[in-house]
Amino acid sequence: MEGTMQGDDLAAIAEKHQGSRRKYCLRTCMSAGCMSSRADAIKKGLDAEVKAQGLEGEVEVRRVGCMGFCGLGPLVGLDGMKEREILFEHVTPEDAPAIIRAVQAKDHGLQVADPDHPFFSKQMRVVRANGGIIDPERIEDYVAANGYRALYHVLTDIRPAEVVEEITRSGLRGRGGAGFPTGLKWGTVAKSPGARKFVVCNGDEGDPGAYMDRSILESDPHLVLEGMAIAAYAVGADQGFLYVRAEYPLAISRLQTAIRQAKQLGLLGGGIFETPFTFNVDIRIGAGAFVCGEETALMASVEGRRGTPRPRPPFPAERGLWGCPTLINNVETFANIVPIINRGAAWYAGIGTERSKGTKVFALTGKVQNNGLIEVPMGITLRQIVEEMGGGAIGGAKVKAVQTGGPSGGCIPAEYLDTSVDYESLTKLGSIMGSGGMVVMDDSTNMVEIARFYMDFCRDESCGKCIPCRAGTVQMFELLEKILSRKATARDIAMLEELCDLVKHTSLCGLGQTAPNPVLSTLRFFRNEYTELLQPEPAGECAASGQ
Amino acid sequence: MTAHASGDKRFKILEAHIKKFQARQDALIEVLHKAQELFGYLEDDLLLFVAHRLKLPPSRVYGVATFYHFFCLKPQGAHTCVVCLGTACYVKGSAKVLAAAEAAAGIKSGETTPDSQLSLLTARCIGACAIAPAVVYDGQVAAKQTPEMVLAQLEKWREPCKATT
Amino acid sequence: MAAKTLKIDGRQVSAAEDTTVLDAAAEAGIRIPTLCHLEGVYDAGACRLCLVEVAGTAKLLPACTTLVAEGMEVVTQSDRLRRYRRMTLELLLAERNHVCAVCVANGHCELQSLASEHGIDHVRYDYRFPRWGVDATHPRFGLDHNRCILCTRCVRVCWHIEGAGTKNVAGRGAKSFIIDDLNQPWGDSESCTSCGKCVLACPTGALFDRGSTVGEMERDRTKLEFIVNAREKKQWIVSE
Ligand SMILES: Cc1cc2nc3c(=O)[nH]c(=O)nc-3n(C[C@H](O)[C@H](O)[C@H](O)COP(=O)(O)O)c2cc1C
Ligand code: SF4
Ligand code: SF4
Ligand code: SF4
Ligand code: FES
Ligand code: FES
Repeated sequence: MEGTMQGDDLAAIAEKHQGSRRKYCLRTCMSAGCMSSRADAIKKGLDAEVKAQGLEGEVEVRRVGCMGFCGLGPLVGLDGMKEREILFEHVTPEDAPAIIRAVQAKDHGLQVADPDHPFFSKQMRVVRANGGIIDPERIEDYVAANGYRALYHVLTDIRPAEVVEEITRSGLRGRGGAGFPTGLKWGTVAKSPGARKFVVCNGDEGDPGAYMDRSILESDPHLVLEGMAIAAYAVGADQGFLYVRAEYPLAISRLQTAIRQAKQLGLLGGGIFETPFTFNVDIRIGAGAFVCGEETALMASVEGRRGTPRPRPPFPAERGLWGCPTLINNVETFANIVPIINRGAAWYAGIGTERSKGTKVFALTGKVQNNGLIEVPMGITLRQIVEEMGGGAIGGAKVKAVQTGGPSGGCIPAEYLDTSVDYESLTKLGSIMGSGGMVVMDDSTNMVEIARFYMDFCRDESCGKCIPCRAGTVQMFELLEKILSRKATARDIAMLEELCDLVKHTSLCGLGQTAPNPVLSTLRFFRNEYTELLQPEPAGECAASGQ
Repeated sequence: MTAHASGDKRFKILEAHIKKFQARQDALIEVLHKAQELFGYLEDDLLLFVAHRLKLPPSRVYGVATFYHFFCLKPQGAHTCVVCLGTACYVKGSAKVLAAAEAAAGIKSGETTPDSQLSLLTARCIGACAIAPAVVYDGQVAAKQTPEMVLAQLEKWREPCKATT
Repeated sequence: MAAKTLKIDGRQVSAAEDTTVLDAAAEAGIRIPTLCHLEGVYDAGACRLCLVEVAGTAKLLPACTTLVAEGMEVVTQSDRLRRYRRMTLELLLAERNHVCAVCVANGHCELQSLASEHGIDHVRYDYRFPRWGVDATHPRFGLDHNRCILCTRCVRVCWHIEGAGTKNVAGRGAKSFIIDDLNQPWGDSESCTSCGKCVLACPTGALFDRGSTVGEMERDRTKLEFIVNAREKKQWIVSE
């Protein structure tokens, strides 16, 4: 049965679901991070223990998505206690009896995380509000958390143009890296003439060292689907594609479940909420190509072709999939839509800085004490993130630099930790906001090696279509190798800088255009590490370098 | 019409999958995913079958299959060990983990041992960065790996009779 | 169709609105260097040699895929553009094995003539010396991967003009290469009609007529243009 859903039905589902709730809830993280440490066995153990103790009427063991503090995983949260929730860390399947003792307010002797830790207290959960709380494989859980209300509201009360206006007013900018104003993009697609239009969610998450989008897709898939549906209504599309990388099998299977459930309830498909609005979503699985995160390459891939970018204009908003106007946004961008509709553009615009609104999810990783996912308001400083939330470098080492933006970004040295996290400030430092990877490096890190690491990545991931990127990244990589093997001279650095300039300004797509950034930023802030490796210029050869 | 002259049932399953997409040419990548899932790797015969069924030039199928690193055109070993070389894993020493695995297995990453027992591969982030360095053993993600741990796992695979649990 | 007036290298030019900057410039007698562009076949915008400066745009734009606009001010020659073009050509020369002295296309190669036009007498980058082979299995044509610059002109004529789809690019990045069918010997290709368009399209000595020796591989592009006009525009333009 499809397409018979009404607003009241949502409330009924929510109510019925509330009724099935138990006094205590043991939330077991079943996201990829914790799953790698037998989280499924933990859930089984807890289920068995609850049963053995005859506590089924009082305790619910719930599968949930990522709670954020992945470095302490596997994590189990306990709700319903008199005081506050308890978060057990480093749980093993054998801990099940002890956890049940904790439910009974008995001595448990387990490691628990401090909920007042800045890692938690400094967060502001907007897109991750449901992450680690709801069961991502049950649509009822999402509906009970006010899910699909925004879609209902939009479809029944607001005209498409007003939705675009609301998103524009919120100040939301794309979370896929470049920070393009989302409302402006939606408006362009809405205005583009076309018999058919498409909405595409970019879940390629290519930045190596980042997993915000994976976590959102695994923990709250309906949030993204609802955001896409609202976008489709706003721009006049009836078909969506979710492009997810093959490296994320759990995210893919949860999305498949979510789409199936939404269809069953009539929240996807024809005539949603008894309106003329129709929207279907298909999943497209990537196949291991970083460049497919670039929007024109992504479209080629969705069409089943080699993922090579093409020149823009025409932009996808005018001519996208199969020549039709296409809206492409990042996973986190779509995840912001429902909160904006529910709480209003003004509320959203009140968070963050002048030009960067709202929150941003970061994957805080590398040589930092506390590894995990954090959602913070824009405008927070890097220091607050790295030192307070992250607890600084591991083992008393010193933080040397923070890398943001992955292969397209740069390394920000420790002196600049007081920089505000917003699009403009990070760009000014030669890095970018990126999609949310934040890798902390300590004083044992060799920055030239880091530059080579990224150049190796770009050389490997270059699609090969245009010459500057295809051949330039190879030559830059070789020059970095030469420098690291102490065979280079000052002239090689000059050649490297000249190549950076060429590749940045002449490459066809963003991959090539940003590939020099890690080199340029390390040259800018850590030049001495390069020059220390240089050989003196051999005598007599200088004359040839007249050019 | 039989799915494939060889009578191999897997071709039938693939055929059904292609039908699900109405043999649309833009489903090429989906079909290749399915083909690899069924057959383990994409040999010429299989690529030609896909080309025929989707009515695409073989050069297109081959071009796509070799563009995406997820597709392999050669058989994989009985076991696979994928070392993540993403940034978070790299700064936490995954290069040493890989070097240890390469030395122990006597092959480079991307290769399979001559006895077809082990394929050693690398990944560019599998999204488990908070528990870096991550290694995927036969599809199972393992957290915070060291050279010793990867060696222990390879050893365990090598002597399956001893690894009774 | 509305005409647009623009300035190219200071010269007033007018062109129909769906004209590319490259064509508008050519019309005005201004030559912009190109390698991947081929008359009559859709453009890839891949070689980046045709990049030009456009006033008011921070980015350099490829002349072959950028359409003219009213009031546009285009600069096709500047120190910066010349430097970039020169470097791009040097990167190509270092990428594979271009030994002009023994090449069938010596003297008739677009890469070679652009290099000399840009005053390249030596290449500053390390030659990569990759090991690429030669496919000499086709009875009439050969493909020497060492001289291929991956411009995909052959691929595009084979797909869009001949319609055979024999050729494509396989692999990616610097490891990309031109294939026939399932990367099989060209001579075994079932789809190739032996029309020879790819050979006519190739800017270098990569694709050649078998039996040609050093410097003999001169292509008569008018043949290709004739066929393109006939198929695309239904115009059969024979010489008088
Ligand atoms: C090489 C390259 C890789 C990219 N990878 C991603 C990615 O993994 N995820 C993403 O959302 N955007 C990625 N982008 C940006 C997309 O092209 C596009 O701008 C984005 O998906 C638009 O969504 P937004 O406006 O919501 O940010 C990439 C861009 C380039 C040039
Ligand atoms: S910049 Fe690199 S990835 Fe982008 S089109 Fe050119 S070769 Fe391909
Ligand atoms: S000879 Fe004709 S059909 Fe054969 S590969 Fe060349 S262009 Fe294609
Ligand atoms: S063979 Fe010739 S036409 Fe084809 S890509 Fe190579 S250089 Fe270009
Ligand atoms: S960097 Fe290895 S899992 Fe992300
Ligand atoms: S001719 Fe324009 S990019 Fe090659």
